[in-house]
Amino acid sequence: MFSNRYIFIYSSVMVIIVALLLSSTAMLLQPRQQENITIANIQGILAAVNIEATSDNAEELYQQYIKTELAIDQDGQVTSVYRNGKLEEGEVRPFDIDLKKELYNKKMGKPFLSPLFVAEIEGNTLYIVPLRGAGLWGPLYGNIAFGPDFNEIVGANFSHDKETPGLGAEISLKEFSNQFIGKMIFDDAGQFNSVVVVKGGPSTLTPAMQIHGVDAISGGTITCTGVNDMLENCLENYNSYIQNTIK
Amino acid sequence: MSAEVKERDPLFSPKNRKLLSTPLNRDNPITVQVLGVCSALAVTAKLEPSVVLALSVVFVLGVGNVLISLLRKTIAPRIRIIVQLTVIATLVILVDQFLLAFAYDVSKQLSVFVGLIITNCIIMGRFEAFGMANKPWPSFLDGIGNALGYGWILIVVGFFRELLGSGTVWGYPVFEKIGLYNWGYENNGMMILPPMALIVVGIIIWVQRSRVRDLIEEN
Repeated sequence: MFSNRYIFIYSSVMVIIVALLLSSTAMLLQPRQQENITIANIQGILAAVNIEATSDNAEELYQQYIKTELAIDQDGQVTSVYRNGKLEEGEVRPFDIDLKKELYNKKMGKPFLSPLFVAEIEGNTLYIVPLRGAGLWGPLYGNIAFGPDFNEIVGANFSHDKETPGLGAEISLKEFSNQFIGKMIFDDAGQFNSVVVVKGGPSTLTPAMQIHGVDAISGGTITCTGVNDMLENCLENYNSYIQNTIK
Repeated sequence: MSAEVKERDPLFSPKNRKLLSTPLNRDNPITVQVLGVCSALAVTAKLEPSVVLALSVVFVLGVGNVLISLLRKTIAPRIRIIVQLTVIATLVILVDQFLLAFAYDVSKQLSVFVGLIITNCIIMGRFEAFGMANKPWPSFLDGIGNALGYGWILIVVGFFRELLGSGTVWGYPVFEKIGLYNWGYENNGMMILPPMALIVVGIIIWVQRSRVRDLIEEN
């Protein structure tokens, strides 16, 4: 009843219509989606220093608290400075750095940049490090904030695209991220030692390691391993900057 | 179910109303036909994703069944599965894109599961069994009815798993507020693991069959 010719034409027309419909929808909605992502990034940065922002006031609060953005290269040198809404040094605004691309460059052994956000809150200088890594189903990202010594964690938040609700996705809850508060990334000898997520909680670690450990999520093992790798892979990039500048 | 509906029925004739109501109970896609169980296990650890997924399926199945019904005379039987899949995938991607643009938070919560609607057996089952053989309006009712039949199970399972597994309902800490933890109660961590969804669905099937006895199979 239906000839091959009919079937070929029918499928071609169908595919073209669908392609046009989907690509135009994606293009029309993209500015809005991009805006949502930027606002979510800002909210993430602010959440790391315990400032709750709604999508309406996020940009305003960001300008109020995040005074300086820095870009740091692999040797710990500052290459860009963005202060009070103006790019004072370098060519790229640190906020616009695509961390995924930079971490890929790092993996390939090429030069790369790491963004650093400096907040001034109640007279304290806090350092916020953006994080990016891989979970079970998709990317993980987050922000972690340090006190003036760039050692003690004062806040953290994590986010994900595709982790399993109820299991790995629990990393985005406060119950998980609040455990990071008070943990250190340098040991007594001043050596870098990333925070680790451990099954059974920090009490299973040696006493010297307990200050670097937080409890994992049951049923979310692969996501938690992803968090560990992300923390280590991102935080170590700031080691020489901290040694040179802060200490 | 796949019987041709007679022409010139009033919009909500008893026959059409039945299309909407039987999938809720007697012909429920999950508890009777045991379709779409995969997603019922995966998303129901919390109530909110269950509700949003149920709504997304209502949209995809309602609109999709109408589209398939409109196209039914033009679809060559040899490529009908491909056409059905294309319709499903298109609608699912649209839902996903709109959620990302207008309900970013919910979209983040549902994460991977919106995309998984494509693999939901109920949708293709209804396209194949009903949309391909019936007019658009009955197909629409059939689609909505089946999606709701699927959705209410999801919501009930999500409610109990979140309540017993995390002690919350829609994120609100119910058990903490009524002070249950002070009595030594602890959340049942098993409830948030997928196997418990199967057991909750099993309990719903048990309750349903003890009420509607002719659903019980012989032997």
